[in-house]
Amino acid sequence: MNDDISIRVEKLGKLYRIGEREPYKTLRDSLARSFRAFLRKPRSGSPEDPYIWALKDVSFDIRRGEVVGIIGPNAAGKSTLLKIVSRITEPTEGYAEVRGRVGSLLEVGTGFHPELTGRENIYLNGAILGMKKLEIDRKLDDIVTFAGIGKFLDTPVKYYSSGMYVRVAFAVAAHLEPEILLVDEVLAVGDAEFQRKCLGKMRAVATQGRTVLFVSHNLQAIQSLCQRGLLLERGKLVYDGAASRACERYLESIEPSASAKVELDSHMGREGDGQVRITKLEIIDADTGMPTPRLPSGRGFVVHLHFHAREAISFPKFAFTLFTAAGSRVFNTMSTDSGLETKQIAGSGVAELRVSSITLSPGPYVCNLAVTDRVGHYYDHVRGVPCFDVDPSQLLPKTRLYTQSDGAIFTYADWHIRCESVSRSDETLKP
Amino acid sequence: MIIKQSRRWAFPDLGEVWEHRELLYFFAWRDIKVRYKQTVLGAAWAVIQPLFTMVVFTIFFGNFAKIPSEGLPYSIFSYTALVPWTYFANSVSQASSSMVAQRGIITKVYFPRVIVPLASMISGLLDFAIAFAVLVAMMLYYRIFPTINILLIPLLLLFSVAAALAVGLWLSALNVVYRDVQYAVPFLVQFWMFASPIAYSSSLVPARWRPLFGLNPMTGVVEGFRWSLLGSGEGLGPMFAVSVLIVLLLLITGLLYFRHMERMFADVV
Repeated sequence: MNDDISIRVEKLGKLYRIGEREPYKTLRDSLARSFRAFLRKPRSGSPEDPYIWALKDVSFDIRRGEVVGIIGPNAAGKSTLLKIVSRITEPTEGYAEVRGRVGSLLEVGTGFHPELTGRENIYLNGAILGMKKLEIDRKLDDIVTFAGIGKFLDTPVKYYSSGMYVRVAFAVAAHLEPEILLVDEVLAVGDAEFQRKCLGKMRAVATQGRTVLFVSHNLQAIQSLCQRGLLLERGKLVYDGAASRACERYLESIEPSASAKVELDSHMGREGDGQVRITKLEIIDADTGMPTPRLPSGRGFVVHLHFHAREAISFPKFAFTLFTAAGSRVFNTMSTDSGLETKQIAGSGVAELRVSSITLSPGPYVCNLAVTDRVGHYYDHVRGVPCFDVDPSQLLPKTRLYTQSDGAIFTYADWHIRCESVSRSDETLKP
Repeated sequence: MIIKQSRRWAFPDLGEVWEHRELLYFFAWRDIKVRYKQTVLGAAWAVIQPLFTMVVFTIFFGNFAKIPSEGLPYSIFSYTALVPWTYFANSVSQASSSMVAQRGIITKVYFPRVIVPLASMISGLLDFAIAFAVLVAMMLYYRIFPTINILLIPLLLLFSVAAALAVGLWLSALNVVYRDVQYAVPFLVQFWMFASPIAYSSSLVPARWRPLFGLNPMTGVVEGFRWSLLGSGEGLGPMFAVSVLIVLLLLITGLLYFRHMERMFADVV
C-alpha cells in the first residue's frame, strides 16, 4: 500500500439479517420460530430474502490528512461503514486497511460509571479508548484543565451537572490524538454547545494533517469542513468527489421522493423488537381528502400510519417526526401529546394524525415513525421515510425563490426600516 | 492493519489480549471499586457470604444431619470448600451477565471482547483473598497444620480460575444471543452447589463412581483445596484428573465458541 494512504476500502460488504439489529432474542423465540417454519410455509408478507446488504461493493482510498464527508439518506450504510473501519463489527466481504490509531467522537463518555470519580473515569475511559496508563498520567493535567472540573476531580460523576459530565467525557476523547478521527454526527448526543465543540475539535484535527471521516446530515457542515464527499445510497457508493458536488447529488437524489403510499415492510432503517410494525405511511391532503405525495405550502395534511401488532399491546405511543431533506428537524408529535391514551391495540389498525396548516418551505420532506411502549422502548422505529414534497410555489412574489435552505418554515415578515436622520426611508416592498 | 471477515472458528488472539492488559486491569479495578461504593460493610461482604453459609451448613448438616466430615470439625470442613466455591459462583454469575452489561462499550469501541468475562475472574480474586485469610485464621484456631501440599494452592487457585472462566465464557457468549441464560444462572449456581462436595465429602460417593463424579469440575477444585489444606480425601487421584480434563475441554471449546460469537456481538447485543 502506498505510504500516503491512510484508509483503503476494497469491495467492502456487510450483510445483515433483517431483524438482526433488533434486540436479543430468547431461546423460546428461536424455538418457536423454527417450529413455525417447520409447520408451515413462510409467513405471508415476510420478504423472501431475509438478508440485506447494508454495504455492498464499496471501494475507495483516503489519503493521509484528507477530510472526507460521508452523506446519504438514512440506512444508506454510513454508520455501518464507520463501525467497520473502527473494527466494532466485521465486514461480510471485502476488506478495509487502516493505518494508524483510530479514534472517534461517537465514543464520547463510553464506559463512564456514575459511582466513580472524575479522576477514576478519566483513567477508565482513556483505557477504553485505547490510551496507555502512562499516557493518561502524562495528559491528566491537560484533560482536567480542558474540562474545567478542578476541585470536583475526586467527586463521583453522578453528582456532576450534565454539562460537566459531557465536558470531562469530551476532554478525554479530545486528548486521544488519533491519526484517524471518525465522527458520526448522527449518533452524537449532546446539546448544541457540545456539537459545536465536536466540530471545533474536528477542524483542529483536520488542520494538523490527520485524517477525518465525518458522517453528517448537516450538509453545510460537510461543505465547510470537507474537501471530499462520499455519497452512499442503499449500501452502495454512488458518488466520490468534491464535497460540494456530493451534496448537490444528494439533494437531487432525494428530490423525486414520495408516492402517495409508502410501503414500509422492507424499509431498511429500522429498529425495535417488532411486536408492532408500521406497515404503511399515507399522506392525505386535508382539503381534497385524497392521498397525495405532493402538498402546496400551507396546506393541512393527515398522516395515516398503518400498523400491525403481532400480539395485544397495552398503552402504545405513536410518534411522527418530520425532517427537511438535509435532515433538520421540523417537528415531532406523539399520540399522547393531546392526552390520548390507547388502552390496547391488536392486529392491524391505523393511527391517524392531523396537522393543521404549516407553511413549509418547498422541497422534499422525510419522516421518522415510531411505536413505543409507555416508557419509550421501541416496538418499531422507522427512520428516513420519504414523506411528501412541498410544491415549489412562489412564496415570495418576484423577489427570490424561498427553499429549505432558508429554513424549514416560511413566514412572511412585515419589514420596516427607519433611520433617525433621514425621513421617508421606509420603502416597504409590497406584493 | 487489515479488517476483514475472520475465520469462523478460531481462538481469541492472545497476543492482542496481552496488548490490552491495561484495559483488563482497569475493568477489574472498576468492578472492585464499584462493588463496594456506597456499602456500609464494604469488603466484609467477601467474608459474610461463605461464613454465613458455613454457619447454616454446620448447624443443619453438621449437627442435625450429622453428615460425616472426614474427622475434621464440620465448620472448617465446609468453609474450606465454600471459599473456592464462592469465588466460582460469583465469578460465573458476574461473567455471564458481563457482555450484556457492557453493551454500551461493546457497540462503540473495539477491543478483544474476551477481556470482559476475563475481568470478572480477576475482580473476584480480591474477595477470594479476603475469604482465604479468614480460612487461615480458622486453621490456626483449630490448630490444623497444613501439609507440604499447601504449596500447590496457587496451582489450585489457577485451576479454580480456569474452571470459572471456562463456564463464564460459555454463559456470557450464550447470554448475548439468548437472554434465557440470565434467568437460568441463579438456579444453575444453586443446583451446582449441591451437586458439588461442599456440604458433604466426595468419599460418600462409592469409589468406583468417583471418576464420574469428577465430571463436575468443582469436585476437583473443592477436594483439591481440602486435600492440600486439611489433608483429607484421596488427593490428586483419578477423580481430580477427570476434573482437570473436563475444565480443559470446557475452556478450549469456550474460547472457540466465544470467538465465534464475538464476530456478531456488536450486531446482536
